[in-house]
This record gives sequence, structure tokens and C-alpha cells, in this order.
Amino acid sequence: MTHAGPDSVSTVVDETTKTFDVVVVGAGPAGSAAALEVARAGYSVALVERGPFPGAKNVYGGVVYGRILDELVPRWWERMPVQRWVTRRATMVMTPTQALTLDFRTQDWGKPPYNGATAHRADLDSWLAELAVEAGAVLVPSTVVTGLLRDHAGAVVGVRTDRPDGDLTAGVVIACDGVNSFLAKEAGMYRTGHEAEHLTLGVKQTLALPREAIEERFAVSGRDGVDIEMLGCTRGIPGGGFLYTNLDSVSIGVVLGLTGVSKAKTRPEELIAELKRHPAIAPLIKGGEQIEYSAHLIPEGGYRAMPELIGDGMLVAGDAAAMCLAAGIWLEGVNFALGAGMYAGRAAAAALKAGDVSGQGLAGYRTMLERSFVLADHRKLRDLPGLVLSDRMQQNYPGMVCDLVQGLFQVDNPLPKPGLRTLLRRSAKDNGVRWRDLVRDGWTGMRGLR
Amino acid sequence: MTDRRYQEAAFEDVMSTVEFRVSPRPHITVDTDVCRSCTTKACVHACPADLFVPTSEGGILFNYEQCFECGTCYQVCDGEGAISWSYPDGGAGVVFKRG
Repeated sequence: MTHAGPDSVSTVVDETTKTFDVVVVGAGPAGSAAALEVARAGYSVALVERGPFPGAKNVYGGVVYGRILDELVPRWWERMPVQRWVTRRATMVMTPTQALTLDFRTQDWGKPPYNGATAHRADLDSWLAELAVEAGAVLVPSTVVTGLLRDHAGAVVGVRTDRPDGDLTAGVVIACDGVNSFLAKEAGMYRTGHEAEHLTLGVKQTLALPREAIEERFAVSGRDGVDIEMLGCTRGIPGGGFLYTNLDSVSIGVVLGLTGVSKAKTRPEELIAELKRHPAIAPLIKGGEQIEYSAHLIPEGGYRAMPELIGDGMLVAGDAAAMCLAAGIWLEGVNFALGAGMYAGRAAAAALKAGDVSGQGLAGYRTMLERSFVLADHRKLRDLPGLVLSDRMQQNYPGMVCDLVQGLFQVDNPLPKPGLRTLLRRSAKDNGVRWRDLVRDGWTGMRGLR
Repeated sequence: MTDRRYQEAAFEDVMSTVEFRVSPRPHITVDTDVCRSCTTKACVHACPADLFVPTSEGGILFNYEQCFECGTCYQVCDGEGAISWSYPDGGAGVVFKRG
């Protein structure tokens, strides 16, 4: 028997009767949203999940932005299993001894219709899958999809699973099988075989802390919460850090460019340990007892690294389609997965109704993605992932910015106060920043904001 | 000197906070003959669960039982075909509760 992996191969089958109208692979946010829409349209759908329950294999780095759920679940915020509503968002630029934080809070985000929330994926993904099941989808947990089934013309007509007699045939297969997406690769939808340069490794520790300690240290109360993103805490390895509050725990971790971390010969847990000792972070997490350690790959390449999204009998959504946005102050993924899954489900239902599940029949998926935030935001911010992970942004700018602000605030009497231009020149020079690079990167950044 | 209050727990203790439903079938296999000629041994540094340990003879010892199933090892592996990787069988492997 073959197993699901980078070398998965398709099996050609003779014409068969369909087990389901649609098979969705992976019960993450994309998969559950897809299954929900297919079931609502009145078609039969299986939602296949390799973990013992949805979310068991999933990890994320901070915030769920649920606005897209307005279209799927009325008053979702009353039902979603949330840890805390994010009412404070901070971006911290740091060196080993310095930290400059842009800290924003608004109570608007702590009341309906809310903005972002922290949640455990085991809770969130199980809830989303349950919505699909309530609508009529069949959840098939503890089952690995080991490869695609194709007809003699090459069209996808189902999946093979690791269950005995476990072939599931379908009109449309929606691959929501995550960042490693062996199905999208098997279908030839990724243009390059080796995509390590577009991947980052997220490593996270969850630390138990009493609610009162969290409220005091993070200056929040009730279900209000905090998300802090950091730049300059990874010893120059492309990436960053994060710290966010759950109800009675906090999660802290780093995100590391995969090629960078393997070249640097630094282990991920050393970087988390270093981050936890940073003077700006240590007091926030002091005494926190480790209750879980986790890791996951993140597709951070953005728009330019996306695979083909549509094939004959097949659609790709969520992390499997690299729909994760890591562009500086924008760090989103679950919302893109929900949106893409929803449109994939609608496109599959429309294709079934029209009796054409070829790539052409499924083309409505692309149109819906392009008209929505999913592809519009990715296209607009397509140059930023590279900028954020660039050497200058990682190794030079955090020190330059911290030195500049230190110079502004430092009182050096009886020496006269240096002017801003002097400070800028000095901090740039000390941190190896050239003007022409600064101008060019500033231009790239501003263009992304248009 | 590091403040004792912030000293890290031993890595084994950190890993013991994670639930693994170990499958009898190893979902990772390593061809140590290929590893012997590998100069980078990227898997040793990058695997977040620290599953790959270099041996004195230049090979690699590995453990599949505490795998996070992230895919880092096969993605960073320079040795052509040294790491064969697949998902553990359905229901087996890591179970995150706070991912």
C-alpha cells in the first residue's frame, strides 16, 4: 500500500459511480467552509480529515479574522469558540537590548461585530467542521488521503484513502490538505518541485498563566486580548516573533525562513528561549508553565508562489494554495482559507449543477477569488513578503530604528542635542544601511499600501 | 549569567507536553548511506522536534514517534532521497490541543 507523501502517485480508474458529489480533503477552515457550502447547495459531500478530530494537526500564529464568516454564519461571534477578542495589537521592533513598540488599542474590537480573536485550532476547526456536518456533510476523521483517482483522460475523479476499500469517487475533489499539499503537487499544480524558499517554520510554546496575571501584565480585562508581532528577534534569520493571549495562557513563538534556519545552524527552541529572556518579553511571561509545544510550516511566498488553483475535477484552497499573507503588519491566513473554501464549495456546486466539472466548468472559482479579498489582497501586497524576509529588514532596519529612537530620547547634556538628520545618518551608518536601499525598500513598502 | 527564574525547561520536558498517538509504522525513513556524504545536515538543525541526531560515523539517527508532521525535514534535506516522508496513518501521530 502507498502512503501520502511527496511521492504520492495517482491511480487511474475505470468509470465508476460517484460515492459523493464532492470530496473535500482536510477539515481545516478552508475544508470546512467548502464542505458547508456544498452541503448547503444540496449536494453530498465527504470531509476527510487525517487527525482524530479537526484541528488536531493544525497550528497558527495568533489571530483569526472572522469577518468573512458574516457570509457563512449569521452572528458567528456568538457561537465561535474564542479565547479572547484582540483589542490591542502591537508591533515590536527589537534588538537584543532594545525594543520599540507601536501599540494600538481600541475597544471597538471588543464588541460586536468584532475584528480579530485568538482561539485554539482544536476548538475552532472542530466548530467549523460541526457547522458543515449540521448542514449535511459527512465528516470522515482518522483517515489519510493517499492519492488521487483519475480517469483515463487524466481528470480527477476521487481520492484513495488509507482505509480498507477506501476509494472515494466524486465529481469534484477540493484539496484543502494544508501547506504540504501532496494532492496539489501530485496533480502538477505547483510549478516548482522544491519550494522551501517560500516556506517558513512556525514554532510555538503555550504557557499557562492565571487570568489575573494576564489581565495585569497585558492591561486588559474580561475577554479582551493582545497580539504582539515582533521583528528583529531571530538573530538575523528571516522571520519574526509573536506573543498573544489566550484566556488563561499565552502563546509565544518564532517564525523562521526555512532555508535561513537550516543554514544558520541554530535550533528553533534556542530562539524561543532567547525571545523569552528578552527584557521586553520576560516580565510578560514570567512563571508561565509550559503546557504545549507545537510547530507547523507556513506558506509565506504570497501571490507569486501560488499554485494553479483549478484542474479538471479539482480545486485547491487554503494553505494548500499558499493563501497565507505575511506582509509586515498584515499577518492573515485563516480568513483567506475560509474565503477560498467558501468560493471553492460554491464553484463546485455550480459546476455540478451545470454538469461540467472540467477546469472550464470550475472556472467560477477563480472569478470569485479575484472579485473578493482573497486574490485582491494577495495581488496588492505581492511584493511585501520578499521585503519583510529580506536581509536588510531582518538584520539592519531593527537596529537602525531602535538606535534612532534611542538617540531621540537620550539626553546627553552638556553635549548639544543632535538633529534628526544627524541621528538618522548615524543610526543608518552604524547598522550598515545604505540610503539607496532605504529609499528603494520604502518605495516597495509604500507601493504595497496603495 | 541567565536568571534562574527564566531558565528553560529541558527539551524532553517540553516535548512531554505534547500528545503523540504513536503508529507502529514509521512514517519517516532515512537512508543513512546518503547522510554520510551530506555536509549540511540541515535536518539536524531545523527539525523543531529535534528528531535527527548525527552519529560519530557521519550518519543520522532519527525517531519518528515524536514528529510534529510539519514536513521541515524533507523540505530542507539536501541529500537526494535521503529522507522518505509520509503522513502517519489515519488518526495516528501528533494531536495538538492548543495549536
